[in-house]
Amino acid sequence: MTSSPITIFRARRILTMNPARPEATHVAVREGRILGAGPLEELAGWGAYTLDDSFADKVLMPGFVEGHSHAAEGTFWRYTYLGRFDRMDPEGKVWPGAESIEDVVARLQEAERKLATPTEALAGWGLDPIYYGDRRVVRADFDRVSTTRAVGVMHASGHIFNVNSRALELAGLLRQGVNHPGIPLGDDGLPTGELKGPEAMTIVGAHVGFDREALANDEAGLRRFARLCVRQGVTTATDLANLLPDDAVSMMARVTGEAGFPVRIVSFRRFQALTPEQVVDMAVKLKAKSTDRLRLGAIKLFVDGSIQGFSARLRWPGYYNGAPNGLWYTPPEAISGLYRLALQKGVLVHSHTNGDQATEMALDCLEGALLDQPARDHRFTLQHCQLADAAQFRRMARLGMCANLFPNHHFYWGDQHCETTVGPERAMRMNACATALASGVPLAIHSDAPVTPLGPLFTAWGAVNRRTASGRVLGTTECISVADALRTITLGAAWTLKLDGEVGSIECGKRADFAVLEDDPLEIAPEKLKDVRIWGTVQGGRLFPANGA
Amino acid sequence: MSETRPGGRLPVTVIGGYLGAGKTTLVNRLLRAADGQRLAVLVNDFGATPIDRDLIVSSAGDTLEISGGCICCSYGSDLMDVLMALPERQPDIERVVIETSGVALPGMVASAVTLLLPYRIDGIVVMVDVETVRTMAEDAYLGDTITRQLGAADLVVANRCDLVDGASLQQTLAWLATENPAARILPATRAEIAPDLLLGLRDGALPRLSATLTTPGAPDAASLYASLELDVPEDIDVAELGRRLSAPGTGVLRAKGILGEVALHVVGRRFEIDAAPADAKPGRLVVIGLRARLDRRAVEQALQPRLSTSLRSA
Repeated sequence: MTSSPITIFRARRILTMNPARPEATHVAVREGRILGAGPLEELAGWGAYTLDDSFADKVLMPGFVEGHSHAAEGTFWRYTYLGRFDRMDPEGKVWPGAESIEDVVARLQEAERKLATPTEALAGWGLDPIYYGDRRVVRADFDRVSTTRAVGVMHASGHIFNVNSRALELAGLLRQGVNHPGIPLGDDGLPTGELKGPEAMTIVGAHVGFDREALANDEAGLRRFARLCVRQGVTTATDLANLLPDDAVSMMARVTGEAGFPVRIVSFRRFQALTPEQVVDMAVKLKAKSTDRLRLGAIKLFVDGSIQGFSARLRWPGYYNGAPNGLWYTPPEAISGLYRLALQKGVLVHSHTNGDQATEMALDCLEGALLDQPARDHRFTLQHCQLADAAQFRRMARLGMCANLFPNHHFYWGDQHCETTVGPERAMRMNACATALASGVPLAIHSDAPVTPLGPLFTAWGAVNRRTASGRVLGTTECISVADALRTITLGAAWTLKLDGEVGSIECGKRADFAVLEDDPLEIAPEKLKDVRIWGTVQGGRLFPANGA
Repeated sequence: MSETRPGGRLPVTVIGGYLGAGKTTLVNRLLRAADGQRLAVLVNDFGATPIDRDLIVSSAGDTLEISGGCICCSYGSDLMDVLMALPERQPDIERVVIETSGVALPGMVASAVTLLLPYRIDGIVVMVDVETVRTMAEDAYLGDTITRQLGAADLVVANRCDLVDGASLQQTLAWLATENPAARILPATRAEIAPDLLLGLRDGALPRLSATLTTPGAPDAASLYASLELDVPEDIDVAELGRRLSAPGTGVLRAKGILGEVALHVVGRRFEIDAAPADAKPGRLVVIGLRARLDRRAVEQALQPRLSTSLRSA
């Protein structure tokens, strides 16, 4: 006999993702786990209980699983938000989208007035000038904000900075003779203030407050990220590319271990500056430090860059605008070596591939590694995998690979992909969720927050509707049903993390992790799926209302 | 263009090339040949680039201390951070060698380094394995990376010459020359090249040539390289001299001239003008090249004034 109390939650509707019992009205919870979902009289059989009516008018789903995000989204909210679209911050305030460059400048001016000292840097994020016509943002724009302090704004893509003259001066770049493909020059021979690519960005980053030290090991940022998760119904979230130094691991273990921390964080070690042997060894050691709310021991690998940054590796015929092919980030020998060793040691590897040539390379490497090291249930996952074609999805299925696709891209950059990067036909097959499902590839979908906002229901809306910011629908044949989309943001993502036995559905034995919704995602019109209101979450049986206790 | 600072900027040699081309061997050779020059060698990762154990004095985190005052750091994806911190962390460093990852484009790395004021690019060296490079250049995944690496080279080290027969070596060298007609191509075995080519020519002395050439059957250093030391007229146009020495056909692998307040550095097809070192003796030009290739007349002619407008407008 157990003395642990049982709580039975009554809900308007419970969507369980358990095909044997897809819907229920009650769910019983004990010790943070689910005893069962079903009618009250059946659950009463577990013994004495407290009936909780908090959710009597709400819809419960399994807590959403964000399979590709970065805790840096929490860090970025310390900077001024300047995106084109409305975005909710961790406190629930919705920041309206900036409608023009004038609007961006005005917001920076407003933020500037609040700074205490005259030299403190001012940083913003989320800028997306493609929505403001052909006119580029230049340093003169931000010189109107300040000439005494460095002003720097990161673009939404994360691949470009715009800065003012002072920031260029501090970085030693306000001079003649700068010769770098990522730094356009004005008629005066001086940099315009636009800095593309990681190298050019790194030089000014520290001067505008985006330095590595500010971004690493950010405890406040992790807490903000967790609050965002609650607002979006997320109970398990990946932090997909962390270097995981000891001090960051200690901080994350301490913070996630606090009684009131609402999310399970799955943090992957980035494969960088190490041999396959070293990183696999590190992953095995990290795995031993895992707790319920901090899961460690998996590896993230970068195969190529990004499509909108033209650094993704594309197969023939390459970029629509004729840009040269992108960059390999890891040599194939290292990819093969890592795959082989990770398969041998049972370490999970997720690989970033954006272009279809990068996807092909990853498939070749895994196919070779599996011949050397057969593994029945590896769940290696291609992350983004945006341009994969039908043949590649069929290959993925045969090799036991999962895909975590990026439907948010359709909304934010679909028009650009159609007109500039890959052209209309391939833009229509980007993030081919329907083909993935039809091919039998285990599917997840993601936000890559902070690149696009964390919000699995928005991502699901993207996969269902494939609508761009201008209203185009890119590839109706790749639209998936709401039911399928809801499955990908719960069990689908859980599967890619090897957590589907613990989370992702509401059934006996699993964690009591719920997304608590005000609206029913199966009743609301599919084109309104992103507008489903979210009350908050239940995580491990603990209630987390989005708007405070 | 040549923004000069007292003592000159820190010269940076970028060593590129695909895996297995011999970059690691070359880096170890340079560390052995540093001869008192304090090098900072930046490698993508320690794992893939083992520094010879006997060279390591101590290690701490991402930095190895190497005998003779050199250091070796791994940079992963943080090359710019490491370079920005280096002058403060290691103020006595005299030269930087960057070994890029096998898939990196050394031209892009060099272009990023030029954004940092304390540094100048001394040369981009791309190593290839003559046995495999032409096959690699046809590879569906890597071909364009290989040819873009080659295209950025000031100096191509055609390594592993001992592994191929004479006819196919000549074919490969000819192919390399068509891929990058302006670069100098240096055939080598086990990355045995004169360290001075990369570590710089010392003032007031003819260059040291390769310290050891140990490969059986390989020609000895004295017969492999030739060097010249010449007086430079005071009124010479330094930029024009740089252009002439770095032009195709001279056979110049490296040259250094101290001309008044400035120093001219030539590495293969690249030349840079920087502030002269404080203790340098002006008026001298030192040149080295392969004995079979160095065109003494072309070098002498480069020192002659020419009646051309380009000379004055430079």
